[in-house]
Amino acid sequence: MRAESFEARVRQALYAGRRWHPAEIAFWILAFAAFLLFPSHLLLLNEIAILALFALSLDLILGYAGIVSLGHAAFLGMGAYAAGLLAKHVTGDPLAGLACGMAAAGLVGLLTSPLVLRGSDLTRLMVTLGVALILYELANSFGSLTGGADGLQGVMMKPVLGQFEFDIFGRTAYLYSLSVLFVLFLIARRVVHSPFGLSLRAVRDNPLRASASGVPNGRRLAAAYTLSAAYAGAAGALLAQTTQFVSLDVLDFHRSADLMLVLIIGGAGYLYGGLVGAIAFKLLQDAISSFTPQYWMFWIGLFLVLFVLGGREIIHGAIKTVVGRFARLGKGGAR
Amino acid sequence: MLTILFDGIAYGMVLFVLGCGLSVTMGLMNFVNLAHGAFAMLGGYVAVLAMQRLGLPFLASLPLAFLSAAVIGIVLERLIYRPMYAKSHLDQVMFSIGLVFMAVAGTDWLMGSTQQFIRLPAWLQGRFEIAGIGIGRYRLFVIAICGLLAVSLQWGFTHTRFGSRLRAAVDDARVARGLGIPVNRLFALTFALGSGLAGLGGALGVELMGLDPTFPLKFMIYFLIVVTVGGTSSITGPFFAAMLLGVADVVGKYLVPQVGAFIIYALMVVLLITRPHGLFARARA
Amino acid sequence: MTHRRTVLKGVLGFALAASVSSAALAQEALKIGLILPMTGPFASTGRQIDAAVKLFLAQEGAVHGGRKIEVILKDDAGNADATRRLAQELVVNDKVSVLAGFGLTPLAMATAQIATQAKVPQIVMAAATATITEASPYIARTSFTLPQASEPMADWAWANGIKKVFTVVTDYGPGIDAETSFANKFKAAGGTVESVRVPLRGPDFAPFLQRVSEAKPDALFVFVPSGVGAQFMKQFVERGLDKAGIKLIGPGDVVDDDILQGIGDVALGAITTHHYSAAHDSPANKAFVEAFQKANPGMRPNFMAVGGYDGMKLIAKALEATKGDANGDKLIAAMKGASWESVRGPVKIDPDTRDIVQNIYVRKTEKVGSELQNVEFATIKDVKDPVKARK
Repeated sequence: MRAESFEARVRQALYAGRRWHPAEIAFWILAFAAFLLFPSHLLLLNEIAILALFALSLDLILGYAGIVSLGHAAFLGMGAYAAGLLAKHVTGDPLAGLACGMAAAGLVGLLTSPLVLRGSDLTRLMVTLGVALILYELANSFGSLTGGADGLQGVMMKPVLGQFEFDIFGRTAYLYSLSVLFVLFLIARRVVHSPFGLSLRAVRDNPLRASASGVPNGRRLAAAYTLSAAYAGAAGALLAQTTQFVSLDVLDFHRSADLMLVLIIGGAGYLYGGLVGAIAFKLLQDAISSFTPQYWMFWIGLFLVLFVLGGREIIHGAIKTVVGRFARLGKGGAR
Repeated sequence: MLTILFDGIAYGMVLFVLGCGLSVTMGLMNFVNLAHGAFAMLGGYVAVLAMQRLGLPFLASLPLAFLSAAVIGIVLERLIYRPMYAKSHLDQVMFSIGLVFMAVAGTDWLMGSTQQFIRLPAWLQGRFEIAGIGIGRYRLFVIAICGLLAVSLQWGFTHTRFGSRLRAAVDDARVARGLGIPVNRLFALTFALGSGLAGLGGALGVELMGLDPTFPLKFMIYFLIVVTVGGTSSITGPFFAAMLLGVADVVGKYLVPQVGAFIIYALMVVLLITRPHGLFARARA
Repeated sequence: MTHRRTVLKGVLGFALAASVSSAALAQEALKIGLILPMTGPFASTGRQIDAAVKLFLAQEGAVHGGRKIEVILKDDAGNADATRRLAQELVVNDKVSVLAGFGLTPLAMATAQIATQAKVPQIVMAAATATITEASPYIARTSFTLPQASEPMADWAWANGIKKVFTVVTDYGPGIDAETSFANKFKAAGGTVESVRVPLRGPDFAPFLQRVSEAKPDALFVFVPSGVGAQFMKQFVERGLDKAGIKLIGPGDVVDDDILQGIGDVALGAITTHHYSAAHDSPANKAFVEAFQKANPGMRPNFMAVGGYDGMKLIAKALEATKGDANGDKLIAAMKGASWESVRGPVKIDPDTRDIVQNIYVRKTEKVGSELQNVEFATIKDVKDPVKARK
């Protein structure tokens, strides 16, 4: 009897988590409406959507499984090159490229997952960084395949679903990226509010206790890592397809560093952190670099230092208050 | 071939000086300080400026590099590193990356983005041959200085009171505090020493590795490798790790130039898989 | 009488209004999107070109072909994705009529598609890989190509008794171009070549130079990107390779005017081939160098600056030929075959390839007064890009 009511409570909690919060619905409506509201900034919006997907992928392992990674760019790059090469040599169909990118990155994630299971946080940081650097050098060395430092040329994309061509204004690009982000987000949301997701959080919070309770730590973490890699690969594929170009920069360290910054700004562990952080980061970067085209790195660094030193509590507190008020509005009155 | 070995050892020595400060601060304060490279860069620029603007001889600029980095280290530790000790590793990493960004952009603004050069004194230029091995004078100098440093650091670590207090604090800070060891002051002094060593390493490395505002980003991976592979609880660990990596990098590039660049990363990954806590670390409780 | 005066006034008024409005139309600014790496490892390229563009506007004014030129500068930090996005935004949002700049090959290549789609001329002022101008029919180049500079080196080396060469180049587009074009030409003449490629991020040349000293060639042919030249030179001398009788040859990037003074005496004696030296002996160049140094104290103009200056000159000439019409097809047509006397010597834009045809000079790095300069001692006239010329 005791066990049954516990199971029922857990199930209830999971279902409660799956309900759609009014702020969420507003967020997605706004995201799709942005297409109509900001027609001259679609290129920037496209970059935000791709960065958001990339951040979502890191949130899956950082926020939910507690794995710190400084080399997530490896999967971004893997997805980008796989999709780009497919488009160049086999078929320019975007969805095929997307699937290919996700598969390739997921495979690399699966193969490297044993590396992140062992060792301390520091070891993991170094190993993930090392893997990203190795992939960078490999891409550089196999220049005949990847284009090396000059980048992959000749990526020609066919229209999405045979109908929507990629235009110079970024219209198709944004809707395509946003749709992919939305679909993958829905899947991630479902996964996170499932027994699997719950077990991940258990492993993150107290690995010893989790394994004592019968959770296969290693397998769970490996599965999460592979999923995260596939998502990052999707982001990479979108990048390659919407810009029709892949360069070594997708594997560069600053991609991983910027990504961490995005998650720090938005907060990890509730899925929207990556999305919100991506918006904030890109807008911040765009604003600062138009203001000081040369030294924007300084201001981003300063922002980061201040943010971590104390600013984050202030900003997150403010966000929570706003969201909370919104929720109460939606529920129509006091709790 | 032996010449290459010699070059590799010189390179490894510089890596050691650069990395050992980081290793000790990381082991002691459990703080992931990716901004260590910025202190190295500072030392390098101080040395260059001292020689160019103040006309100081090369030898005098080295202690100046050490001191300036150490002083900045103490100031920063007091002001902004202290509040970060209690935060998560992720926060510390991002904090130090933020510092690196600021240092890189700030240096670019102050000094411009071109490479800086050091004019070595005549007695350090050129090379001579011994038994068929080409010995570069500057590299010999570097090996001598760094070797001396390594020996004195190891001696200080194991034979002085400061060293034993440091080792106690690294093993278990709480108990050390309980025994009356002034751990906070130890932190500050060690951080200063570590940063000073980085500054010295940066100044020594200008001739071998170049110096420009992107130095911390380019070389961050190298000293991080020294620290992770060498472990954080001794001086000998990073020393051997630095030697191994310096030699492997140089020899690898000589034997197989096409893949030379990523031998060092592959080696690191392999080492970390087989010994996740570093080559020489004892298991941490 | 009053009637005639009114008509006269009316006609005058109408003429005045017409001229004002057409003047207003003519004064509508022609925007040029200048995308340069102003930050990051290739920032020196960006700074030189930016300074040169500003100097051009100061010296020759901003009005050409009846249109006022307005330059919009953007920083891509040497990152191809950024270049592409900036180019797209400049074309779509700012409605630029010309794209210019492009400090590296991948940056130029990434933008080629946009130039073609939007029918906007793309003036490459710095990037030097041969195939760039083939990426879009709207690309014209005012810098140079590595084969253009490297093949004459092969000829000169062979003619001067050098039989065995070891090449060391950085492993990316221009480096590979330099190596292949030199090696092919040199081998065809009868020489032997051994090659090694250095990774773009490599901090230490020691292992590669060790191989060179063991191979004991007559000369070492080197190409590294501008910032790294000093590092390389120092290690070359430190290893005693110059004393071992190995000549240092290569395209002029390794003794880039921007950093030559900083490299120091270790650079003395290097023989290089390039399209521009700040020491080029012509009144136009002397005036250019003087004006440049006056406007930018402490900076000496290098081949990047000249690429930028001539790029602006090309745009101005094209505008004058089309009488201010900014239509992309017309501008590119006007650019084909354009020729003028540049500060580097006579230049022409090849009508078939849209690439630059110019003199290549063989120079030796010597001390002139208290400064290091690349002193020209031989000229090869009107060199076309050899890679495309063979097709």
